[in-house]
Amino acid sequence: MVKLRQTVGAHYGLKDWLIQRLTAVVMVVYTLLLLGVALWNGGMQYATWRGLFDHALFKLASFLFMVSLLYHAWIGMRDIYMDYLKHVAVRLTLETITVLVLIAYLGWTCQILWGRT
Amino acid sequence: MAVAEPRAMKRRPVYLNLAQIRLPLPGLLSILHRISGAALFLAGIPLLLAGVAASLASPESYAQLKSWLSNPLAKLVLIGFVWAYLHHFCAGIRYLFLDLDTGMDLPSARRSSVIVFAVSLALTLIIGARLW
Repeated sequence: MVKLRQTVGAHYGLKDWLIQRLTAVVMVVYTLLLLGVALWNGGMQYATWRGLFDHALFKLASFLFMVSLLYHAWIGMRDIYMDYLKHVAVRLTLETITVLVLIAYLGWTCQILWGRT
Repeated sequence: MAVAEPRAMKRRPVYLNLAQIRLPLPGLLSILHRISGAALFLAGIPLLLAGVAASLASPESYAQLKSWLSNPLAKLVLIGFVWAYLHHFCAGIRYLFLDLDTGMDLPSARRSSVIVFAVSLALTLIIGARLW
């Protein structure tokens, strides 16, 4: 562990480390669930596929999967930027764009799941 | 860390010629975990959302998507993303076990990296064959 803690409200990344793993577990569960449904139905015709997404609970599970995926992607991309981009302005710009894009994806997800079809 | 162990910082061998580095299998697994993750973020998520949106909108758009995906080039790209997801998935599960202090010794770590490659490539082949 870090011994010298700075008194500047610095985050040491433990929370992100943990969230990265918890979101991964959520995605594993959802992936196996979807795979199970696909195998059970012997593939996915339109009616089965649409019917699955008409279930309120499946919508909710899909939403939680996407929130996990987007948060997981944020931490992963932030780690990559921190490793390779030493120029603060460049890094901050890319981080900002990444966050905005991910939030936009969440909006798109809501539209797909609950929007008028 | 630097403050706690100054001796460890001294005279480490630095060898970063990317053209000549030969990574051991767990190292290859690690960098592919990073590359597949970046690819899934950059192209995988938007393509996933666009694909799911098209597949759900109407029977016509579902059929349209299906006909697009019958293009061999589109199939290859899709199989590429299937591999990226499966590699990231399997390698990630391996990391979860390592975090739980399971399989930390070198022989186990090497064996588990072989398993990750075997499982993710085999599943990619099976799913790829079905898609084709």
